[in-house]
Amino acid sequence: MALLEIDDLHLAMRSFEGEAHVLAGVNLTIERGEIWGLVGETGCGKSLTGLSVSRLVPSPPGRYLKGAIRFDGQDLLGCDETAMRRLRGRRIGMIFQDPTTNLNPAFRIVDQMVDVALHAASTDPSVLGLPAGAGRGERRAAARRHAQAMLERVGIRDAAQRLDDYPHQFSGGMRQRVLIAMALIGRPDLLIADEPTTALDVSVQAQILRLLYGLVQEDGLTVLMITHNLGVVAQLCSHVAVMYAGTVVEAGPVRDVFKAPGHPYTRALLAAVPSAATPRGALRGLAGVVPNLLHPPAGCRFASRCAAVMPTCFAAPPPAVPVGEGRTVACLLAQPAEA
Amino acid sequence: MLEIRGLSKHYPGRRGSKGVDALKDVSLSITKRESFGLVGESGSGKTTLTRCVLGLEPPTAGSIIFDGVDLASLSPAAMRAMRARIQIVFQDPYASLNPRMTAHDIVAEPMIVHRDTLRLDRRQRSDRVVELLDLVGLGEQHLHRFPHEFSGGQRQRIGIARALSVNPELLVLDEPTSALDVSVQAQVLNLLHALQERLHLTYLFISHDLGVIRYVCDRVALIYRGEIVEQGPAGDIFDRPGSDYGRMLIAAMPEPDPDRSPFRTPA
Repeated sequence: MALLEIDDLHLAMRSFEGEAHVLAGVNLTIERGEIWGLVGETGCGKSLTGLSVSRLVPSPPGRYLKGAIRFDGQDLLGCDETAMRRLRGRRIGMIFQDPTTNLNPAFRIVDQMVDVALHAASTDPSVLGLPAGAGRGERRAAARRHAQAMLERVGIRDAAQRLDDYPHQFSGGMRQRVLIAMALIGRPDLLIADEPTTALDVSVQAQILRLLYGLVQEDGLTVLMITHNLGVVAQLCSHVAVMYAGTVVEAGPVRDVFKAPGHPYTRALLAAVPSAATPRGALRGLAGVVPNLLHPPAGCRFASRCAAVMPTCFAAPPPAVPVGEGRTVACLLAQPAEA
Repeated sequence: MLEIRGLSKHYPGRRGSKGVDALKDVSLSITKRESFGLVGESGSGKTTLTRCVLGLEPPTAGSIIFDGVDLASLSPAAMRAMRARIQIVFQDPYASLNPRMTAHDIVAEPMIVHRDTLRLDRRQRSDRVVELLDLVGLGEQHLHRFPHEFSGGQRQRIGIARALSVNPELLVLDEPTSALDVSVQAQVLNLLHALQERLHLTYLFISHDLGVIRYVCDRVALIYRGEIVEQGPAGDIFDRPGSDYGRMLIAAMPEPDPDRSPFRTPA
């Protein structure tokens, strides 16, 4: 069974001007041990997809119109808040873009980490390696030991001393490590990382990517990495899903997609990133603007900017066609693989 | 065109502390009509260097010579006139445009500031705004709109038009595309390239995005902790970095090619 299955997810968001159809049929299947990159430009719904998995989209204004999210077989859209709290911080870990605003500046790292550890242990005492009836003091001590072990795991030196530091005593990269350590406390199966390296320098970014890769290889973690950086996806991810205006236009193993993109939007996106071989002036941007999701077009959402557009594109949204091993392209021009 | 010699900048700390040497003996020279890339990570001194070049910060030691004139020797009035020749495009197009001014007023403002040099009346300024907006790919219908009515890429175009309004020779581009999506970044980079050809501009391009620097720059300097560790033609630095820092930085650069990942072996 897949660890995470998002099946035809539709999400609408209420705004002053009306209801925007922000996710329009997102499909994604993630197996254990895979590192998925979810890429796309601002406003394409990649973060909302990540937040939907951890059920952090506030409702209202959010409203799920259709579809399902199954985590290890369990239907998340049917879960109530109590059930979700048991999953978050425990089986589903999350890290976000800005390591500065996600730590409370008024508390020592240790207090913030122990809180998370005790929360995780309240649903599953084995997280701290304690029997069910352990006392309060015993649990706190174990939580501190566990927090220290996690800091060491993410490569923070002198973890025992650094535990008692405040967030401002850490650099940006170190703070992101603290947040990763915090997300790992509940020994999650799935880590959702929303732009975890965007605020960091390239050299620090490289260290964080190495750390995430190590966690997947050694601890059997599964990662859903949300990013707009195609370079990061190419380096780290085993699979990639490309989103545009609330739909997944292409998904599959990262090498297949990057070497032979099947969707015109994927091609446009890759052509916009300067590589070593791009002569000056040869970079291709993408003309036009993203459709207004308050009044989304009836057909393909990319049609108005597509270089290969045909009259039939405006009729109905193109279905995702399987085009190869574990690979889909949502385009009328895609050639289905021979079964 | 621009010659920086032995530039140092020291920020004093509180009493008893040593303060910070933001720039240490930085020397570089930028030739007319080239794109010079300055690459460094946060805290390396990129911003301090640009602030010194723009005359916003007096250097502790060293000199900045623009077109044969030492900026430190200029009177405040002469410096003001000089500033028309050196303009900047800022990183964040959301923060660098006044939300209460229209596109027209934003682009016209530098011409009012520099009215002594440019000598344009109100009508001439407005005509020039239309001309400038057209140059950066915006139309007359955009004239009287406010910043919030524009997308990030369009705002950056307004920022570029504003910088160009006083006919500068040197344009300092401080991370002009880092707040933009890649498809928009590509358009802005191409616009900058076309403008450089057309208006014979010299660019000082500051970025931490090595891919962008490699794409737009002729020569590159790497700055680390206030010191220039390496400078030379862009091709040389990217293909054969000569310093440890350069090698580390180039190796850390995420190439959009799955076969060049350090974690994978090519198929």
